[in-house]
Amino acid sequence: MKDTVIHVENLSKKYKLGAMYERQDTLRDLLVSTFRSPFRKKPKSENQILWALKDVSFDIERGSVIGIVGRNGAGKSTLLKVLSRVTDPTSGIGEIRGRVGSLLEVGTGFHHELTGRENIYLNGAILGMKRSEIESKYKEIVEFSEVEKFIDTPVKRYSSGMYLRLAFAVAAHLEPDILVVDEVLAVGDAEFQRKCLGKMSDVAEEGRTVLFVSHNMSAILRLTSETLVMEKGQIVKRAPSVEAVDYYLSSGFTESGERFWDEDEVPNNAAPFRPIALRIRNSEGKVINTIRSIEKMTIEFEYELDEAITGLRVGFYLLSSRGEFVFTSFDMDEPHLYDEFTARESGRYISKCEIPADTFNEGRFVVGINASTYRIRRYFQDERAITFNVDPAGAPGMQWPEQRLGPIRPRLNWKIEKR
Amino acid sequence: MTTNKNQIPITYLRPTKGLAALNLKDLWDYRELIYFLTWRDLKVRYKQTLLGFTWVILQPVINMVVFTVLFGQLLQVPTDGIPYPIFSFAALLPWLYFASSLTRSSTTLVGSANLISKVYFPRMVIPIAGVLSGLVDFLVSLIVLIGMMLAFKIIPTFNLLLLPVFLFLALLTALGFGLWLSALNVRFRDINHLVPFIIEIWKYATPVIYGSTLIPERFRFILGLNPMTGVVEGFRWAILGSKYVENFDPGPLFIFSITITIVVLISGIIFFKNTERTFADII
Repeated sequence: MKDTVIHVENLSKKYKLGAMYERQDTLRDLLVSTFRSPFRKKPKSENQILWALKDVSFDIERGSVIGIVGRNGAGKSTLLKVLSRVTDPTSGIGEIRGRVGSLLEVGTGFHHELTGRENIYLNGAILGMKRSEIESKYKEIVEFSEVEKFIDTPVKRYSSGMYLRLAFAVAAHLEPDILVVDEVLAVGDAEFQRKCLGKMSDVAEEGRTVLFVSHNMSAILRLTSETLVMEKGQIVKRAPSVEAVDYYLSSGFTESGERFWDEDEVPNNAAPFRPIALRIRNSEGKVINTIRSIEKMTIEFEYELDEAITGLRVGFYLLSSRGEFVFTSFDMDEPHLYDEFTARESGRYISKCEIPADTFNEGRFVVGINASTYRIRRYFQDERAITFNVDPAGAPGMQWPEQRLGPIRPRLNWKIEKR
Repeated sequence: MTTNKNQIPITYLRPTKGLAALNLKDLWDYRELIYFLTWRDLKVRYKQTLLGFTWVILQPVINMVVFTVLFGQLLQVPTDGIPYPIFSFAALLPWLYFASSLTRSSTTLVGSANLISKVYFPRMVIPIAGVLSGLVDFLVSLIVLIGMMLAFKIIPTFNLLLLPVFLFLALLTALGFGLWLSALNVRFRDINHLVPFIIEIWKYATPVIYGSTLIPERFRFILGLNPMTGVVEGFRWAILGSKYVENFDPGPLFIFSITITIVVLISGIIFFKNTERTFADII
């Protein structure tokens, strides 16, 4: 008999857009709308309702580590919120066996005025730990966080790295039967991320069930055995992670070489940053979906700043269709551009990047967009904004019709010397 | 955690329909969180203050001095022969506890928005912690009361043993109204602005600076509509003992106050419970 720990059936969650965007925050608003509405015709109700989840059903067995991927607004976070009881489903039912520990954000409930020690206790209690549990794990937590020296200092004096490490340390020692993790790894430096991933695979090895939402495909591939792909509030695919990631990264694109962002695809918290379009151009400047390996290409990203932003950097990740990073580059990488554009005024911008010829190997590539200020704030991220194909005709070594391993296919300066 | 099958808690996810189950067991399971939130409240309140806990004492004392000068000396408010300082202080203690608890419990829920939208816990722990953290302040200011009783040579009577009962009534009253206001505050931020006015007006509607005897006997029941009347007069009765009772018996007022408190509390719990599951979506 299968040991099911999570069983959900037709789970749906509806948000009224009206309630989200023009929330009646004050009594006056409510009075105004109540008195006005009798004279208004039937409200345009259809487009004011957003199904963040629609008829989601699945079962998860004990001990499995499941990834959840999907674009911004696909319903991943809503699903985790419903599973961890932060919010109720609009319809459908679910059954969860075991204690759920949710890590929807690192450092939830940390209080800046309190010391590290005090925050460990407070945060532990908020995450549902018993006091005796926290006490027995206290040493381990402090050790893991590497902030022993500052444990009696208010956390407002911590560096952001220390703060994160401490917060994650508490959460990591939570030991629930089911661990629900959302985007924790999007923050912190590489060392911290490695530590988090390590801790999470420990958790998985202990036979706990882990649900893991991430935009980091390589983390998904490393940690999870199976992955759910979400789109528009529904699960569109459930498959072994390698297959699911490939599906997610390469599906659902029009073959145009151009991508526009609709208003509903941009999260509210991106403001004042507003993505407009992303284009792939070939060496002739034509917007195109397939690039030849032997020609240079340009990736151009158009966006609008509704307000000035200081320190903004806009760039992209280039990934293979298997989710491996090929490289990351930002528009302010060059010192002279960094000096010139550190303070960006409001207005419309295009950041374009030329990628030299003879870079990519044959195959499909994914461009992810990131607009952020270093260690301060991520305005916008779309980890699979567009894909393009590379046609290898004319690339080095084409005289042999074999598949060359690796995502890049540089033209290198070979010399053969006879001695 | 043990993996004994019988011990594994099962959680059911369901849409909210009808009267939400009160689920007080859940609240009990999270009692430690109530403790930690109360403790956090206290810690944070007096961090980075020079005088720290001294503020707890200063607040009622300053109030009492002002009242004594204004109402005791200048306006000569009748106090049935009781020295005005202790007359007002006995009422100020529960009143200040009530006012600060009501403020906290009705505003901290919105202040914890980021917690509510990220973690599950019974939302009621926040207003509950709000009324509990004031108790510590209250206990500290009792020291001043004892000092004053000695100074005014007031001999404690057995009435004093009932003081905790009146304090508990103040707590329940603050919680009852706090539940209503905090749940409404999630929806209507007006409450944040409204609470200080409510408390200011309420203070004058409660016999804090004057005694109930100032009001003609046949209108006194109107005062009783205000549950804090029972609390405040109860405090005077407990502290000042028989001296006070000679002129006035707070009994009927008190029973009236209890009834109203219970009604507000129960309706507050129901209202809060029914709206709490949407908090994360609209906060």
